[in-house]
Amino acid sequence: MSIKKIHSDQPKNFKFTDENLLVAEEILKKYPKTNKKSALMPFLYLAQKQNQNWIPLAAMKYIAKYLSIPYISVYEVATFYSMYNLSPVGKYFVQVCTTSPCLLRGADKIVKICKEKISPNESELSKDSNCSWVEVECLGACVNAPMMQINEDYYEDLNETNTIKIIDSIIKNKPLKPGSYRGRKNTSPEKLKNLIQEEKNA
Amino acid sequence: MLKQSDKIFTNLYNDFGWEIDSALKRDDWKNTKDIISKGKEYLISEIKNSELRGRGGAGFSTGLKWSFAPKELGSRPHYLVINADESEPGTCKDRDILRFEPQKLIEGSLIAGYAVGAHVCYIYIRGEYFNEGQRLQEAINQAYEKKFLGKNACGTGWDFDIHIHYGAGAYICGEETALLESIEGNKGQPRLKPPFPALVGLYGCPTIVNNVETIAVVPTILRRGSKWFSSLGKPKNTGTKIFCISGNVNSPCNVEEEMGIPLKELIEKHAGGVIGGWENLQAVIPGGSSMPLLPKKVCDTITMDFDSLIENKSGLGTAGVIVINKDQDIVACMARIARFYKHESCGQCTPCREGAGWMWRILERTVKREATLSDIDLLEDVTKQIEGHTICAFGEGSAWPVQGLLRHFRKDIEKRCSGEPIVKKKRDIPYLVDQHLLEKKNA
Repeated sequence: MSIKKIHSDQPKNFKFTDENLLVAEEILKKYPKTNKKSALMPFLYLAQKQNQNWIPLAAMKYIAKYLSIPYISVYEVATFYSMYNLSPVGKYFVQVCTTSPCLLRGADKIVKICKEKISPNESELSKDSNCSWVEVECLGACVNAPMMQINEDYYEDLNETNTIKIIDSIIKNKPLKPGSYRGRKNTSPEKLKNLIQEEKNA
Repeated sequence: MLKQSDKIFTNLYNDFGWEIDSALKRDDWKNTKDIISKGKEYLISEIKNSELRGRGGAGFSTGLKWSFAPKELGSRPHYLVINADESEPGTCKDRDILRFEPQKLIEGSLIAGYAVGAHVCYIYIRGEYFNEGQRLQEAINQAYEKKFLGKNACGTGWDFDIHIHYGAGAYICGEETALLESIEGNKGQPRLKPPFPALVGLYGCPTIVNNVETIAVVPTILRRGSKWFSSLGKPKNTGTKIFCISGNVNSPCNVEEEMGIPLKELIEKHAGGVIGGWENLQAVIPGGSSMPLLPKKVCDTITMDFDSLIENKSGLGTAGVIVINKDQDIVACMARIARFYKHESCGQCTPCREGAGWMWRILERTVKREATLSDIDLLEDVTKQIEGHTICAFGEGSAWPVQGLLRHFRKDIEKRCSGEPIVKKKRDIPYLVDQHLLEKKNA
């Protein structure tokens, strides 16, 4: 359960674009006709994507009307799940995993870099409003710790130098490639593979 | 060590490509029609005989779970739900299956769907795995193109559809009933059991919920036979398992191994050993953060399977092995896990909602060496009051790691607690008030 602040400056109106209305109809087809409410979570994502990665209250009201469910049911879902942003975030939204497996491998250093480079406090926009960062719980890439997620992409096997480079790249609006930054293939045991290779070569 | 020929997930590191064509070369979708034509009874009994236990943490017999679904299709449809809400700290096995072995999962879904009488399958993926979900969707589309899914799926006469539903960053949705609530468009708060989902589940219909890894190994078991699967591992703990080794090891990795492999062998052979050598090992969390840690003494000899870990008052859980060496502050590490549970409690049951915060604050005080000796007993008491008093197993999941810490590292904690008591005057304050908050701001 996360504590979330509703943004003070709310837009008055919200409507799905024509394109997204088609997507919404596609989403509704996935669920039984009598259980339209199931589409609520995908709809919130859709609204978030349409509205620069955050959900205004007007969008919640619009979705409630669309699905003919009470506004409060939408509101409670939007506030329950941590991935729905209820106030603006940066164009580059950095999420740093700091749960134990990442912490053991130095996630606190990444947090420190974010504090220095982006903004002193989490969920705060950087000076140019382009980036923001937040500490999150386990992102499920523990073998590639420490790691962070920028928008949808995972940046794995980080160290201080790499993190500074990556953060600088998003500040300059030219993001570097996601993936492992120690040059290994996904979750394979890198050192052992190298050893086996060396044995073969010998 | 597991032979290469006995490995199920041969593309775990994406050495060969994830696309359907390369998956077909690796024998996915081979004889699927013949397997299914042997009938529901055969499928369920074969999985029962293989002694496959659920890979999502609880280790319940998969064949038995399938047999709970009503035999005949009544007026209500049956559903198959696959739990890909992998959020347990230390676990990242399902992510690799979704990315690199999606066809195994899709084929397994068809077989499992047929066995439990489901025409529709929902795969619930955690919201953070957006790219993995997109990849799976592509794989599903490829399977539709080859007519492996849809009407008359794979020529079996069974109609089968798979839909993906994204979560949105709630750990609790990995609990099966919370997951169903979430698909229904509600807050992810677990339901009381019974009724079990097998009878009253998604939309009130019979629903079987399985983990990704469980479903993904099913096709291989049926192709190679239950005898082959049960010959691996130990009795009642059969087969292979993907272990995720993270933390203070030289080369953290995911690796598929036989159940019952000694922990020491797992760490030294596959993960390059503990940083600073085996002697530098402090503790290991063997099955994701919810399972109590094991001190080095136990780690020397323990084997990694459900039953021997239960004997040592821990559990295999999701097989997310977190290694902690002596350079780390074990209390700080556990305090961080307690913070995780405080953050992720769904807030439905009071003992868990309040207790998780209590445990975190007491542990944080211990880290800062501000705790008193009585705090240790208080901490133990709080864990006992959470355990067994909540709707779902989250209560146990948050209390057990702290109990494990107290069981094995009590002396270390006591050493830190010699400081001045925070509440100096003995005041008559009701037990349930968090006493240190009365005198100190932001403690």
